[in-house]
Amino acid sequence: MTERTNQEWIAALQGAQADAAIADLRMVLLRGLRYGMTSYRVTEADLEDFVQEALVKVLDNLPSFRGEARFTTWAQKVAARVALSELRRRRWRDVSLQDLMAEYEDSGFTPAVLTDQGPDPAQIAQRTLMMEKIQRMIAEELTDKQRQAMMAVMQGGMPLQEAAQRMGTNRNALYKLLHDARQRLQKRMLREGLTPDEVLAMFADN
Amino acid sequence: MIPMQPGQVASMVRMVTGTRPDEIGCDECFEQLDRFADLHLAGKSAAEALPLVQDHLDRCGDCREEFELLLASLRFETGDQL
Repeated sequence: MTERTNQEWIAALQGAQADAAIADLRMVLLRGLRYGMTSYRVTEADLEDFVQEALVKVLDNLPSFRGEARFTTWAQKVAARVALSELRRRRWRDVSLQDLMAEYEDSGFTPAVLTDQGPDPAQIAQRTLMMEKIQRMIAEELTDKQRQAMMAVMQGGMPLQEAAQRMGTNRNALYKLLHDARQRLQKRMLREGLTPDEVLAMFADN
Repeated sequence: MIPMQPGQVASMVRMVTGTRPDEIGCDECFEQLDRFADLHLAGKSAAEALPLVQDHLDRCGDCREEFELLLASLRFETGDQL
């Protein structure tokens, strides 16, 4: 395979002999993904599909390549995102936000808070009060959407991409929504004089 | 009410208290991720050169997973061990 500089890649992919450059790029991406995804459960056909989709995106977005990194790194990051987006879609395909919510409700948060680590009645009372305070902060400071996103992503472990798709938004916007939620809670904690150490001492796992 | 286990309360509080006003989103992180990865693989301090990208990767599971796969994929070229 021909070694190319960034400029040579761009010129080759846009030139008359683009087919050869595309074939080379396909090989670079496929080798990279195959190597990078050894611990993932993917087939060779999956890898080829990811690379095909990545190639289309790379070619469509060539004008946005700013040359701040190696061209192959830029293309490989597109392939990484394509591959993981698809794997997340598959893994979470059958889980709705409602399912996640129901799962947590079924697990019953109160008994865990009251019994897991606090056999001492005074500690149980303190924890219950603190939990009520936190729940009140969440209820008063956050919008419904922010609460829903927080539940799905922070508590339910759903990837941002998947939560965003279910909430009719995109990953970047959902990150910003959660950032705003965290800022609101941070300010409220400050106003209430609630220090992280105080809360963590009560709820940390260890 | 959001049902929460004790460990989840703790992790939420950690996330909230570590919040900074200048965080970047996933799009901005993705834009700079190739440069970040090249710096990292060249043995330079990517976190110092692009601190907001590092900060985002520390907070965002989706982006962190993509960065890790990107590094692992690029190591094919450099022949590094995973």
